[in-house]
Amino acid sequence: MFLGLYNYWIVVLLMMIGFYIVIAHGNLIKKLVGLTIFQTSVFIFYISVGMVERGSAPILAEGISDYSNPLPHVLILTAIVVGIATTALGLALAIRIKEAYGCVEEDEIQRQDQLNEDKS
Amino acid sequence: MLAHLPVLQVVLPLMAAPLCWFLNRSKLVWIFALIVSAATCVNSILLLMEVMKSGTIIYELGGWEAPWGIEYRIDKLNAFLLLIISTIGTVVLFAANTSIQKELDEDRHTLFYSLYLLSLTGMFGIVATGDAFNVFVFLEISSLSAYALIALGRDRRALWAAYQYLIMGTIGATFILIGIGMLYQMTGTLNMSDLATRLVDVGHTRTVFAAFAFLIVGICLKLALFPLHLWLPNAYAYAPSIVTAFLAATATKVAVYLLIRFTFTVFGISFSFTTLPLQSILMVLGLVGVFAASITAIYQQNVKHILAYSSIAQVGYMIIGYSINTSTGVMASLLHLFNHALMKGALFLALGAVMYRIGSVQLSQFQGLGRQMPLTMSAIVIGGLSLIGVPLTVGFVSKWYLLIASVEAGMWPVAVLILLGSLLAIVYIWRIVETAYFKPPLPGREAVKEAPWTFLGPIWALVIANIYFGIDTRLSVQVAQAASQSLFGINP
Amino acid sequence: MNLSLTLMLQLTILLPLVATLAIAVTGNKPNLREAVTISISLVVLYCVVNLYQALNAGATIAVSWWTLMPGLEISFVIEPLGMLFALIASFLWLITTIYAIGYMRGHNEQNQTRFYICFALAISAVMALAFSANLFTLFIFYEVLTLSTYPLVTHAGTDKAKQGGRVYLGILLSTSIAFFLLAIILTWFVGGSLDFTPGGVFDANVDTTVAGAILVLFIFGIGKAAIMPFHRWLPAAMVAPTPVSALLHAVAVVKAGVFTVLKVCIFIFGLDLLPQLPTTEFLLYLAAFSVLMASIVAMKQDNLKARLAYSTVSQLGYITIGALLATSSGVIGSSMHIASHAFGKITLFFCAGAILVAAHKSKVSELRGLGFTMPITMAAFFIASLSIIGVPPAGGTWSKWFLLMGTVETGYWVIMVTLMLSSLLNIAYLLPIPYHAFFPGKGYQKASGGIKEAPLSSLIAITITTLGCLTMFIYPQPFYELAKAILTVSGVSHGQ
Repeated sequence: MFLGLYNYWIVVLLMMIGFYIVIAHGNLIKKLVGLTIFQTSVFIFYISVGMVERGSAPILAEGISDYSNPLPHVLILTAIVVGIATTALGLALAIRIKEAYGCVEEDEIQRQDQLNEDKS
Repeated sequence: MLAHLPVLQVVLPLMAAPLCWFLNRSKLVWIFALIVSAATCVNSILLLMEVMKSGTIIYELGGWEAPWGIEYRIDKLNAFLLLIISTIGTVVLFAANTSIQKELDEDRHTLFYSLYLLSLTGMFGIVATGDAFNVFVFLEISSLSAYALIALGRDRRALWAAYQYLIMGTIGATFILIGIGMLYQMTGTLNMSDLATRLVDVGHTRTVFAAFAFLIVGICLKLALFPLHLWLPNAYAYAPSIVTAFLAATATKVAVYLLIRFTFTVFGISFSFTTLPLQSILMVLGLVGVFAASITAIYQQNVKHILAYSSIAQVGYMIIGYSINTSTGVMASLLHLFNHALMKGALFLALGAVMYRIGSVQLSQFQGLGRQMPLTMSAIVIGGLSLIGVPLTVGFVSKWYLLIASVEAGMWPVAVLILLGSLLAIVYIWRIVETAYFKPPLPGREAVKEAPWTFLGPIWALVIANIYFGIDTRLSVQVAQAASQSLFGINP
Repeated sequence: MNLSLTLMLQLTILLPLVATLAIAVTGNKPNLREAVTISISLVVLYCVVNLYQALNAGATIAVSWWTLMPGLEISFVIEPLGMLFALIASFLWLITTIYAIGYMRGHNEQNQTRFYICFALAISAVMALAFSANLFTLFIFYEVLTLSTYPLVTHAGTDKAKQGGRVYLGILLSTSIAFFLLAIILTWFVGGSLDFTPGGVFDANVDTTVAGAILVLFIFGIGKAAIMPFHRWLPAAMVAPTPVSALLHAVAVVKAGVFTVLKVCIFIFGLDLLPQLPTTEFLLYLAAFSVLMASIVAMKQDNLKARLAYSTVSQLGYITIGALLATSSGVIGSSMHIASHAFGKITLFFCAGAILVAAHKSKVSELRGLGFTMPITMAAFFIASLSIIGVPPAGGTWSKWFLLMGTVETGYWVIMVTLMLSSLLNIAYLLPIPYHAFFPGKGYQKASGGIKEAPLSSLIAITITTLGCLTMFIYPQPFYELAKAILTVSGVSHGQ
């Protein structure tokens, strides 16, 4: 029962790891890594859902009656593209933040903002 | 031509966004973007008229029949939303050229317009589509361009705000993605109306409950519903003024639409409201949000922050109306959606004008502006009165229906709390008014001139709309009523 | 004929709005600007008088403007109570404008154009409020009145003015939004209508607890009636220039409050239902407490305008009591007190302003011997005081008489005693002022320089309102008839 649904366990595990990194780490790059793991877990979820036991690739051919559902796979291609765009944008922002603040640590950025606010 | 209206709404700005790069001169790009968004505005008016006349329009993308293909489904609800977004988007864009001259570097202007159009595309797409996965894609299009738009702000804190928004927004979007995936797993379809019929059979399963929870939490993150609002204040405060005006008037509205669409159309009222305690949870969060955000707004020093917190409070009102779960309640919520777009559009644009003239929106810098920028400041006063809910402004209309809805449903305490919430609005609005009108101009500052007409035009167009739709409520009330009645399956 | 009457009704509301434009355009030519104000106020007065005659002749005058939301109309109708209020307000607008010309120039006030604009706007709102055909319309113009008078209150632009304005707006807006609006919505929900209906909108078998709660919400929500504990705005608003205090805070704003109370009592609850409500008695005692406390506080004020302000709080309590008594004498007394108090108090404020302009004094303790330099002003002050106290030969006599009758009829002895006691206190805080002015006592050095009165136009205004106080004693019929007509209209079945 538990082993039979091992793909879900992996998904949940990855999701929690990713989510934890996003929340717990102050480093902007590490946060993005966590975010990517978090997203990837969802991709795996979709992909494994589309899998049909003993199914082959969905290509029409003689003698094949069972094939995997292609739709989730197609969907997730889109989601992967979106994920890449998000990561790219996030990294670009991190670079700009590094230029502006001189660091990529959350608490340091907040400390600098606080200092600025007190001054003005 | 008329048959292709639903898709044109989305495709037009999508195609126009890259075309911006072929026109180098900032002013040319502005005119081009303006024409495109005005065209979408006309398009949405045509759509609304068509829908009100002959009912829901179904458009099959590429001729593929649903549920195999993606279909766009325009009913009264999303036609109304399309109109709001496209109108605000166009009006705000009027002031863009002037504003970004001051607030952005020359080489970023084209980027700005192209992102603006992309963001618009995303919002139209979310609203127009009848396909659940498509919602996710468009959500990310609009969000990604919004993050980039916010990061364009000159203040370095804009970068940090955009980053935070990106993290929170992506988590929200991924939650939505999980929810949609689970729904697909259980039903094998992504088409919303198809989902609605198939969910009936599997509605009791734990997977559907989980899908529902993921979707709601994800949407509430986008909605900035208290306590998931943390990304919003800084994102609004440090983004370029035009972006703030645009996002404040549209982005959260789209999320409210999604909430309504998923709970009413996809899951159905009986699942969303009877099987799960959604009503009480959202009602409490809405009320707490109104008070917490309004009180926080009172203590802010940056006027953009004041209005940003006020936006969170207003989202609270929309959620209250929604969670009353009657036709009147949802209607009040939709009305407030429309009205709030008008108020916040006007207010944030006026702040843009202030930013243009004095380069800051700190409350202390507002001293003496009442005399120096009379037209801009009186716009802020009228917008503020509307926010408070004074009669003859749109704010009053939505408050009135919200109160009626809560009394009708027998929720007297809610009515009282709504009224008390608007008292808090008086306090934060009056802090601005007093500073602007009663304090002498800051010493050592050169005399400030009134904002240029390119600002005053759109600001006052919105201010006049605030008053006009506060007096002539036929259009807004009629459409909101029709939309909410169709959600509840009542034939008018 | 009927068409022109409805036109006139609309003109009374629209003309002051036209005036705001005309004033704005002629702003840099003071003489022209004031000529515009006066001529428009004359036309408005003419319209109101014509409407009054038509009403007496039995005409029904009503007009509907606009349906704001389904079932909620902005519409106007003329009935005697509104007529009474409109007559007073339009007449005193004219007089106050005459007064203001002398005062504002004599006192070198800034931003006079803004002052006249807001003034006209406020009058427009008052007219619309007086003729409102339903509670919804009334509420809208109630709020417009609050907002349009805010710039008048804060006219000076100083920190003190800002503080005063904050209290003014804070209390009036908060009470109206938190209580008044809620009461209106509940009324709509329970009674099914917001139209002012003779006999009230509620069913005879309405739940009295609910209706009683709504009544409490109304009385607290109509902050302009200044029932304690929501009276603080009135003294706070005294930072305004004197003509503003005079017209708005002796006539337009405060009377709009008690007028609304009367309207709600008579046309929303109905005089038959009112005494049956469990909360009426509580509110009566609260109003009586307000009357007494305000009088006591007034005695302790040294600032003349503050003393007059607290006196107003107290007198407003009388009117609210009369409305809540729900008998014919109570209603007649209340309506007539709106008129007599308006004339009395505006005269007193005019005098206070005249003293400020001519003698630069604002404290009661400084007025000793002023009767020798400002005889006309102080004589007027004396007569107006008599009217407020309610003794012959001034108009206040009649209204207070009816109010006392009302308490006797209903057997509220405590309230009767309170009213009498408060009248004694009125004597104690008002009469010493003219007394010491004319009889400064030993040791007072007569100031040299002889008579130095206020500007002429101000004196004219003072004289007219003083004569008004006297006329209302000798010839109270017009107001009495109107007050009686209210009872006929509202279909009162009991009482005398």
